[in-house]
Amino acid sequence: MRKPRAAIVGAAETTQLGVIPGMSQLQLHCDAALNALADAGLTPKDIDGIACAEEMPWLIAHQLGITPTWVDGTDVGGCSYIMHLSHAAAAIEAGLCTTVLITHGESGRSQVGVGPLDMKWTDMHRQFELPFGVWGPPSLFTIPVLRYMKTYGLTEAQLAGVAVAQRQWAALNPRATLRAPTTVDEILSSRMVAYPFRKLMCCLVTDGGGALIVTAAERAHDRAQRPVYLLGSAEALEMPMISQMEDLTSSKAFRVSGHHALARAGVTHADVDHLMIYDAFAHLPIYGLEDLGFVKPGEAGAFIAEGRTAPGGELPTNTNGGGLCYMHSGRYGMYALQEGVRQMRGTAAAQVAGAEISVVHGVGGMFGAAATAVLSSNG
Amino acid sequence: MSEPVVPVPTPETRHFWEGTAAGELRLQRCDDCSKAYFPPRPFCPACASRRVSVFKSSGRARLHSYVISHRNAPGFTAPYAIALVELEEGPRMMSNIVDCPQTPEALRLDMPLAATFRQVSDTIWLPQFKPTEI
Repeated sequence: MRKPRAAIVGAAETTQLGVIPGMSQLQLHCDAALNALADAGLTPKDIDGIACAEEMPWLIAHQLGITPTWVDGTDVGGCSYIMHLSHAAAAIEAGLCTTVLITHGESGRSQVGVGPLDMKWTDMHRQFELPFGVWGPPSLFTIPVLRYMKTYGLTEAQLAGVAVAQRQWAALNPRATLRAPTTVDEILSSRMVAYPFRKLMCCLVTDGGGALIVTAAERAHDRAQRPVYLLGSAEALEMPMISQMEDLTSSKAFRVSGHHALARAGVTHADVDHLMIYDAFAHLPIYGLEDLGFVKPGEAGAFIAEGRTAPGGELPTNTNGGGLCYMHSGRYGMYALQEGVRQMRGTAAAQVAGAEISVVHGVGGMFGAAATAVLSSNG
Repeated sequence: MSEPVVPVPTPETRHFWEGTAAGELRLQRCDDCSKAYFPPRPFCPACASRRVSVFKSSGRARLHSYVISHRNAPGFTAPYAIALVELEEGPRMMSNIVDCPQTPEALRLDMPLAATFRQVSDTIWLPQFKPTEI
């Protein structure tokens, strides 16, 4: 295990999650930021670096009264905040800043104070995908799965099993949106959205935000909260549109990011106690488990169906309920990080007993980007 | 949002859209490393050479993967398939499968397909694919 460079000393979500018609997207960022500052026992004057997605960094900085000397506006979709965390650690180590605030806020459901959802579509997408009847992520992100099913024999019931396992975690979490126990039959009886994907295999659309405060590991002691250390991190890109994905059964961005993050952290798969895999759709934990190397290609559907990622299983995964059941405002990666931090602090609603190492893995675009962070309760 | 989306060609993609209007599927190939590629660009994605040529694809392809949308989109009435096809020359592209029931039973992965073209504006024709055997 490597000696960590950086630590998370403040972490919080918005006061409310779910449907928040009384708050603009900007205020979701700020509400989360104020909660994270309070969590860390810091004020805006202590912050000299800022990173955010959705909104421009100058807006968030000015609104909170921060004059940053380091800025990261990377917005590659849902895994942006995992990249921000990685970039912040490097910037702090390089002496560019000392204390970084990372914010996320999205009025994904209520659409208060927002323009149209900016999916960062490119002109390649507009010319070579959009004219063929696509209408957003449920009609695009899902396209690889039939090829995966034919290659490995994954069944629709196993795909539904991902949602069932995550509902078991959500049932333990009072802040989760979908908490009622469910079954494979119920998932397979929900409305067809884009065959083979049914409504309950697709993420929620909700409102919320989250923020993190990052500083150097050696400055993280004697803080208001138990520090959560960043052991290693990585990021990767593959392609701007799903039609050009190299192999529909495996994400190159997942493989590259996951491999480098674990290698940089100096940990092996057996060291990992807790796992978060961004689940905008039910197939993503399947791709994530395989592409990060926790199981072999083609094994993840059965692995999940056997309950091995569910409560009581050997690899607790998406323990907040995930994007399928906890919340998903559009760019979910911040909530995966928040759950990783809670698990490492020992304060999660569905706490994994004795968990010391958490891997948080996110996706951006339609398998276009990935980022991975390895967190630890020990510095 | 009721109007179908019509591609707007750029200088780098014009040969492709002029091709579909002429009833041809035009790809590019690197003159140095022979890589056939899509989407269009004036250099090779495999070796970065600027020595590339446009050529006419056979239009023969196989169904690589798809979803069947159960929601309407501008110009499309559900259920309809959004498909990825793999061309005989190697590249893949997004398209629709026509002259075929839009059902999982009829849309068999790896089934052979042939390119056809559908006019969507005065100047733009979209590439579409139809089964070549039942």
